[in-house]
This record gives sequence, C-alpha cells and structure tokens, in this order.
Amino acid sequence: MKAARPADDFLRCLWQENPVLVQVLGLCPTLAVTNTVANAVAMGIAVAFVLIFSSLFVSSLKRYIPNEVRISAYIMIIATFVTIADMTLQATQPAIHKAMGPFVPLIVVNCIILGRQEAFASRNPVWRSVLDAAGNSVGFTIVLLIMGGVREVLGSGTFLGYSVFGPHYEPWVVMILPPGGFFTLGSLVLVVNVVRRRRAERAAVPALPVRSETKEAA
Amino acid sequence: MSAPPAAEHAPPRVPAARLLTTLGTGGALAGALLVFAYQATQPTILANKRKELAQAIAEVLRAPQRYDTLYVYRNVLQRELPPGVDPRGLERVYLGYGANGERIGFAVESNAAGFQDRIGLIFGYDPATGRLLGMKVLQSTETPGLGDKIYKDTAFVGQFSRVAVPLRGVKRGAGRGDSAEVDMITGATISSRAVIRAINDALARLRPLLDGYRAEASR
Repeated sequence: MKAARPADDFLRCLWQENPVLVQVLGLCPTLAVTNTVANAVAMGIAVAFVLIFSSLFVSSLKRYIPNEVRISAYIMIIATFVTIADMTLQATQPAIHKAMGPFVPLIVVNCIILGRQEAFASRNPVWRSVLDAAGNSVGFTIVLLIMGGVREVLGSGTFLGYSVFGPHYEPWVVMILPPGGFFTLGSLVLVVNVVRRRRAERAAVPALPVRSETKEAA
Repeated sequence: MSAPPAAEHAPPRVPAARLLTTLGTGGALAGALLVFAYQATQPTILANKRKELAQAIAEVLRAPQRYDTLYVYRNVLQRELPPGVDPRGLERVYLGYGANGERIGFAVESNAAGFQDRIGLIFGYDPATGRLLGMKVLQSTETPGLGDKIYKDTAFVGQFSRVAVPLRGVKRGAGRGDSAEVDMITGATISSRAVIRAINDALARLRPLLDGYRAEASR
C-alpha cells in the first residue's frame, strides 16, 4: 500500500477504501443516526474530530506506547476525545445531542476509529496518519449524508427540516425506522459493488477480483 | 480486532512497571484534559437546561408573568426551605402568576415508562378548575412517525390544555363527551397511555398539596 502522492492517503478513503461501503466498518452509527440529515452531519463532524485527533496522538506517541498495552492506550486517547466532543455538542447543539442519544458516547467503540489506529496511525508518519484520518472521516460523512438524505426525504418528506414534497406527501415512515436504515445501506452497498465490478471488468486487464480489498478489512 | 501476534519474532518483554507508567501517565493527562473540557462546557450546558425548563414552564402555564419554585419537602410545598436543607434532589413544582398577580396554576414535571424509554414531560394544572393548562414532552425516544406523535401531533397535545383530571384515555371517537377524556393516538397506544399515566400518577401524589397550597396572599 505505497502512496504515490500524499493526497492518495486522503483520496483512496473516499471511494476505493471507503470505511462504510468497502471496509464495512462503523455500521452502528451509520444505521442508527441517519434518520435525518442534521443528525448525519453532526455524527460525521463528531467522528471526524475524534478520528483526526486520535490519529494525530497515536501516530505521534507510537514510539512511547508499548505493544502490550497499545489497545488500552488507543482506547484511552479515543475516549478522551469522544468525551470532549460529547460535552461540546451538548453545550452548543443541545437539540442534536438529545436526538443522537447514546450514539455520541458510543463513538468510543466505533471500529473505524480503532481500526485506523491499529492499521494505519500506529505504523505511519504523523502527517500521513492525519490525512488518512481526514479521508476516512470525509468518506464516512459522505455515506452518512447520502443515507440521511434518502431516509429523511422519503421518511419525513423533508430535507434539513424543509418540506420537499409539499403537504400532501404521505411519508414512508419505515424509512426513518431501523429497517429503513438497512434498506438504504443495502441498496447503497449494492450500487457501489455493481459499479466497482463494472469498472474492474472494463479495465480489461485480467482484473484483480474486487473482493480482495474487502476481505482484508473485514 | 487486533491481528494475531507475529510469533516468529516476538518483541522483547517490556517490564510491567513501564506499562503501568505509560497508562498511568496517559490516564492522568487525559483526566486533566477532561477536567478542563468539563469546566469549559458545564456552565453553557446548565444554562441551556435552565432555559429549556423556563421555556417549558412558560408554555404549559400559558406565558405567566413570573413563577415561583416550590419544593416538596416533608410532604408540604415550601417556597423557602429551612436552612441546611439541600434543594438538589427535592421534587419541585412551579407556581405561575398572571399579570395582576393572580395564580394561574402549577407546572409539574413527571415521567412514565413509554414504548422505548421513559417519557419525561411537564404539565400545567389549575387547582381552581381541576383542569390541565397544557402539556409538553421534555424527553422521549418514542418511535419516529408513531410514538413521537405524543409531541408532534398538535391535536393530541392540544387536548391537554382543557381536559379535567384525572385523565381517562379513550379510543378516538369512542368517548362519551366526558371532560376528562383524552383521545389516544391510533398506532401509539402505549405512548399515549404513558403520557396519561405520567400526569395521573403525579397528580394522585401531589394533588392534595397543590389544591391545599395556601401561602401568603399572592402579591
């Protein structure tokens, strides 16, 4: 996994190694808080904050963290930033904090974050780790936004609280319930897999099976 | 989550003291950081909560001129607690006054188990008429689209601004025109019942105190 350009650490996380659609990590918040666009944005920002600062610290401190206690040390760093994000959100956006319920504290166990520390930040230089963290955050947020957009528009007939279809629209309530999250995520993963397969076939070269990347991260 | 350790070249063992120092130092630093964050955010969080409560009280008492906080202490409503009594943890009700100093009624907080979690609400009660003045849900994780109608459905919420207590939930259209009837929400019976139960429970406990509260003449 040699990056040719620094930007590659960032860009590959948007599509090729998208944390949700390809690595299939962090599904709990992806399904749970995407019933409105506002919640999806808030979750994306909170995860970005925690992920970038955790990667920064883990990567800078990797020489001082003994291998035996590395997971505990990562969790400690992550939990610190999650708590800060939780308090900040509660102070600045009480309504969103209320709507997200327990899912802000649960960022501590978001596998995207621990996964990036273990797989990337703990063995790469600081600036690459921060780029990787930023890329994963943006990739995660994009998926959350798509999910939140689809679910809010279909399930409530609104986008960011503004009515889209007018007063006569009968909302598909199921879309903002948990099953709607699974429907949306499933369709999204389906579309992405079809596109990736087409591309791989079109590349004509005896294509590497698309699966190989997914497997390593699963 | 972690990969299986590479057995072929195991790293040299690190002394336990080193592990303890690392985690201890890290924990102390993290703790210090959190104390700082807590102190920076706590005033705003508390101010937000106070503002939210004040708004809710104003809503369920129909915009009172001012309100007093009364504590339920030794089964009596008290405006001033005896010295040395910690007001935290005491149940409180709020007595609202109109523009001419007349009493509007009491705002009371209550909660009951809903469909997913406890539903917290505040309601206004007028002892003079024995009717409610309003109801506002403060805390709920009810199902979006169904249970959340207990605060999104204005027809349902509106009923609580005139109904007599104790409340009796009825199926929509099945009532007999009784003044204590509340039409429950179709598809959200458990949530509707929880709202009614929260109000009835609180009043069953507090109604003698509220009805009997005769402090110094209202100014």
